[in-house]
Amino acid sequence: MFRELFRSKNKYVTVNRDPQYSDRSEHETEKVPEIRERVKVEKEGDHLWTKCKSCQEIIYNKKLAENQMVCPVCDYHFRISARDRINSLLDEDSFIELFSEVTSTNPLNFKGYAEQLEKNQKKTNLRDAVITGRGKLCGTPVALGVMDFGFAGGSMGSAVGEKLTSLIEYAASKRLPLVIISTAGGARMQEGMLSLMQMAKTSAALARYAKAGLLYISVLTDPTSGGVTASYAMLGDINIAEPGALIAFAGPRVIKQTISQELPEGFQTAEFLLEHGMVDRVVHRHELQDELSRILRIHRMVGEVS
Amino acid sequence: MNLNILDFERPIYELESKIEELKNFMKEQNIDLTEEIQLLEDKMVKVSETIYQKLHPWQILQIARHPERPLTSDYIQLICDDFLELHGDRHYGDDQAILGGIGLIEGNPVTIIGHQKGTTTRENLQRNFGMAHPEGYRKALRLMKQAEKFNRPIITFINTPGAYPGIGAEERGQAEAIARNLLEMSELTVPILVYVIGEGGSGGALGIGVGDRIIMFQFSYYSVCTPEACATILWHDTQEAKNASEALRITAKDLLEIGIVDDVLQEPRGGAHRNPVAMAKNLKQSILQNLVHLKTLSKEELIAQRYSKFRNTGQYLDIQINQSNQI
Ligand SMILES: [Zn+2]
Repeated sequence: MFRELFRSKNKYVTVNRDPQYSDRSEHETEKVPEIRERVKVEKEGDHLWTKCKSCQEIIYNKKLAENQMVCPVCDYHFRISARDRINSLLDEDSFIELFSEVTSTNPLNFKGYAEQLEKNQKKTNLRDAVITGRGKLCGTPVALGVMDFGFAGGSMGSAVGEKLTSLIEYAASKRLPLVIISTAGGARMQEGMLSLMQMAKTSAALARYAKAGLLYISVLTDPTSGGVTASYAMLGDINIAEPGALIAFAGPRVIKQTISQELPEGFQTAEFLLEHGMVDRVVHRHELQDELSRILRIHRMVGEVS
Repeated sequence: MNLNILDFERPIYELESKIEELKNFMKEQNIDLTEEIQLLEDKMVKVSETIYQKLHPWQILQIARHPERPLTSDYIQLICDDFLELHGDRHYGDDQAILGGIGLIEGNPVTIIGHQKGTTTRENLQRNFGMAHPEGYRKALRLMKQAEKFNRPIITFINTPGAYPGIGAEERGQAEAIARNLLEMSELTVPILVYVIGEGGSGGALGIGVGDRIIMFQFSYYSVCTPEACATILWHDTQEAKNASEALRITAKDLLEIGIVDDVLQEPRGGAHRNPVAMAKNLKQSILQNLVHLKTLSKEELIAQRYSKFRNTGQYLDIQINQSNQI
């Protein structure tokens, strides 16, 4: 009944929303292809409304965007673009993008990869799957890296690895706290071993950063898996996850195939990781800015007893 | 009859058995067939040279996975004067898929850590086919830290299809265990030599793969994911695995070209399994040579070089300065 009602009106409304989250990306990622389909924003109409995958509620896209892509009824956390994420976290106009000039190439001449890159660039208006830069979070300067699942399933190739490594080194040189918000299918297959080695590269940079006594907060969002989880995403001084996020090394389908049995309820969710000691906190998107700012504040304070 | 003969090896095995036959015939009948045998032996060398010079990556993959291919334990036995296996991660258990311990190579104390497959079905189950759980990576890290404490170089042998994708592995933090190793290994103050002896399967391989020299055996492979997985994920067709093995550039020769590995260790004709002793000799020589060189570096130099080695991996475009970083 409601469906019909909304459909009949869809011509009048234009909602300014990134369309890439409704699109099934052809650009598959390592190990966990199934995660792309966990949330699928409804394509019917012309993006007027979205049906919540969790509670089935029909939500106006405008309202969903205003609510930081969180279902107002059941708190389901939809995926959010890197740009929207930056806007929701940083002080207005404080963000300065860095290393934006670094982009992917097709080093292995992998069939179809160049076209896929172009398509993803057009679709997302991003150069690659991560935005890096600096800005202010509730007044505190931070170095910030935000991945975008809409670009090639957030996969990490040479460009993503290079941008994040540059960001980590930049944060170390400026003695800035570092926040990386991850969402990824893993290493980008089309760049072969060059992608895999980005795991070692980013982790080595984090080792140096840690040695400088600086704070790194890793925020894991839906979904984070494969080589990204098995490198910088798990290496925060503080690891934070968004409610319900799928966080894995191997994706559920791969595991199911390997062990040929059903997976336990809630397996590999943020809450599961909290229970198993892999993340420090599960934080609602609406609380994230506040929590980050509190953590930053505690690390900034120099008390009289210390 | 040997059931482990790969298709492309067959002509060599056929010639081999013919030679064997003639030798027996010569003995029994007391006829001199030396010349004929020599001819066949020459032919065999030529045939195998031709075959092994132009192997498809898919065929190299078969050699890397060959059931008779020497394992970490074989090389340890062949290169060490003495070796003691050490067990356990001190947190949860002792992962049999990763073997580690201390030993001597020509009198040099070393710590050796490697993925360990089995030789029998039973042993393979026990060793989980060389697919480690988090406790395997944590055991490896414990032994590496121990090596650092006693200033022993570390040698790792990579031979795994990948880290194990299972419920327990995820519960105990497979991703964290691997990530931690990458971070810690980048700053260990002792030389680390990494040898890919067979299968270099993805993050499970890299989890003990950060070092000062990464050296691949001639017929090993190292890949971001198995060609089978790549074919399924990208093209939804396992039949494409052969093409994927080519596209992913997984061979030692390719990865030397791309700049991922520092050196390729030649294997005996037909692969390491045809002559493990000769292979171990090459390996030992390579280890000693590299250690001599790395020992001349100060700790600071060693770590700085290791950092820039990994810092410089990757190929991307830098639009601003309009040049591509090709390593
Ligand atoms: Zn809902």
